[in-house]
Amino acid sequence: MRFRDEYRQAATARGLADALAATMTRPWTLMEVCGGQTHAILRFGVDALLPPGLALVHGPGCPVCVTPVDYIDKAIEIAACPGVILCSFGDMLRVPGSAGTLLEARARGADIRTVYSPLDALALARAAPDREIVFFAVGFETTAPANALAAYQARREGLGNFSLLASHFRVPPAMRAILAAPGNRVQGFLAAGHVCTIMGMDEYEPIAAAYRVPIVVTGFEPVDILQGVLSCVRQLEAGQALVENQYARSVRQLGNCVAKALMAEVFRVVPRHWRGIGEITESGLGLAPAYDAWNAECKFGSVRQGIEPERGCISGEVLRGTRKPTDCPAFATRCTPERPLGVTMVSSEGACAAYYRYRGAALPVTAAPR
Amino acid sequence: MSGGGAEFALACPPLPAADETVQLAHGSGGRATARLLETIIRPALAEPELDRQHDGAILEAAGPLAFTTDSYVVRPLFFPGGDIGALAVNGTVNDLAMCGARPLWLSVGLILEEGLSLATLRAALGSMRAAAAAAGVRLVTGDTKVVERGKADGMFITTAGIGQVVAPAPIAPDRLRPGDVVILSGDIGRHGMAVMAAREGFGFTPAIESDCAAVAAPVLALLASGIAVHCLRDPTRGGLASAMVEIAEKAQCAIALDEALIPVRADVAAACDLLGLDPLQVACEGRFVAFVPSADAEPALALLRAHPVSAGARVIGAVTVGSAGQVSCRGPLGIARALDMLSGEALPRIC
Repeated sequence: MRFRDEYRQAATARGLADALAATMTRPWTLMEVCGGQTHAILRFGVDALLPPGLALVHGPGCPVCVTPVDYIDKAIEIAACPGVILCSFGDMLRVPGSAGTLLEARARGADIRTVYSPLDALALARAAPDREIVFFAVGFETTAPANALAAYQARREGLGNFSLLASHFRVPPAMRAILAAPGNRVQGFLAAGHVCTIMGMDEYEPIAAAYRVPIVVTGFEPVDILQGVLSCVRQLEAGQALVENQYARSVRQLGNCVAKALMAEVFRVVPRHWRGIGEITESGLGLAPAYDAWNAECKFGSVRQGIEPERGCISGEVLRGTRKPTDCPAFATRCTPERPLGVTMVSSEGACAAYYRYRGAALPVTAAPR
Repeated sequence: MSGGGAEFALACPPLPAADETVQLAHGSGGRATARLLETIIRPALAEPELDRQHDGAILEAAGPLAFTTDSYVVRPLFFPGGDIGALAVNGTVNDLAMCGARPLWLSVGLILEEGLSLATLRAALGSMRAAAAAAGVRLVTGDTKVVERGKADGMFITTAGIGQVVAPAPIAPDRLRPGDVVILSGDIGRHGMAVMAAREGFGFTPAIESDCAAVAAPVLALLASGIAVHCLRDPTRGGLASAMVEIAEKAQCAIALDEALIPVRADVAAACDLLGLDPLQVACEGRFVAFVPSADAEPALALLRAHPVSAGARVIGAVTVGSAGQVSCRGPLGIARALDMLSGEALPRIC
């Protein structure tokens, strides 16, 4: 299959790994930002090809993982209201709030439906005018444009029975927060290719300059990731801190301008609480005041974002990239996908779930260089 | 154009007449039930044993029998490559074949939802009849119940099956030996993706077709050939990965697969990539895995490839001496990953 098979070639991957080994003169620690990249690394065993001394730490780019408990609780509360149909992407349904999951709420009788696009929820609102359709709009800049389009169309059509419970996140402020945190180990980033497909690369230039870190916009196949790592290491070895584009088959400098214009129309930048990490200034997107009539928080009361209770695991540190899933004493013992302690194990995109799924509880973990 | 309301009303399909849909009375056991059986169900299934209208079927058999049951719930009822009727026959036929048995007789339990169109019922039953004829089994006894609208997804079917065991030695995980090869009968993941695409209206062009089919014929040929078949399994719900983990755990052995050898059609692979699903965890309904000694691999493959339903058979891995219960799969970079059973429901990812 084109655009896939050539990025999964063993010979190409080994060639890149050799080039990497030849380039490195000292250890480096890089972070891949997106959960999709983390999964590819574990699924294909990319980390096993890396030379000793090259450490990849896993970033916070798993939307399901970082959505605060309070939003899940609010979604469950809204779903319990008479006449409401709550629509959500599938993998959000399994994530526990403070009192259970959306799947459990559905089993108790709430009308909760899985959709593949917010526009499906909009179609449902048109078809069922006597019901109140609430779409649980989560995700990064990747899902934001389609959610913005749903709100925009609902407003244009004057559809009064549709609203969004929006918990959107922006990646660049989280990268700044990681770099500014005491004890930060990250010396370079593989930026999330799909986020940059929408947003372009301009936002990353000031981060690279201010913190003196190379940022390589990277794709999701094993060869993409190895190319991203090699570019990043070449820069580090040369003392550079530039924004580069490895994922040029998808990412343009300015991104998708139509999508960005729509997001600017519908959303505004807000502070956002990240589960396991805490509040990060300007790291969220909330609906703009002109969209109050389509804002579920205006219809059903606002979400109070607070501090979540400690869950007896290190998922917060895993999300910040300070520790690895296998550093956790609960990993694969007290904490498994069936009985998860932290969100990084619950979500299919989470780093702990990736380690468990591809390395197994019994398999010795491939030497993950630190 | 003015008068849109009238136009809209004209465009609405007329509600089916009462005598074209399943009614609660059809499950009452009275005259309506008799009429449904007489005019729809028995003619559609065309089985002389059912025409005797006895309380049960009288069967004759000698030697060991295999007995299995399964319930079929699927939405939509009809999907590219199959439907609930074909699934209900093939699924139970395949379960019998996996026991090393020649499928002989099936029972059919129908739970119908009030309002189900009789045309749909007729079509599903016709499909059962065709699948039964193709697999050489007879639908010898049955039952019909009707539940209120909203209490079932159109129709549910339960089939139970009896087969004559023909395998000379037990077919079971504990017969696995290190060195046994794992043979897969064809490409994987089609049924699960076909049903998901049809249900969610993904509109793939051309549509992904289910692999729904009976696999008894090649299995019986394998058993008759004298090849020492150690274990058989059909990778239905949970897919190939779950089936392999189940067997490895039961057998207390390790299984090593090679992803490059596992056939996945390009359309299925693309759909799985798009949705964040692993084709190894997606259901098949017309595939099976056979464990045979490595010396028998070539004759077994030749034999299986002679049957259209297993024409794509190939060796995908082997039983090894690794840790008990561990299934690994060598990926395209030559690095093995662990395979695990599906955790919970397969839910597509956000982005």
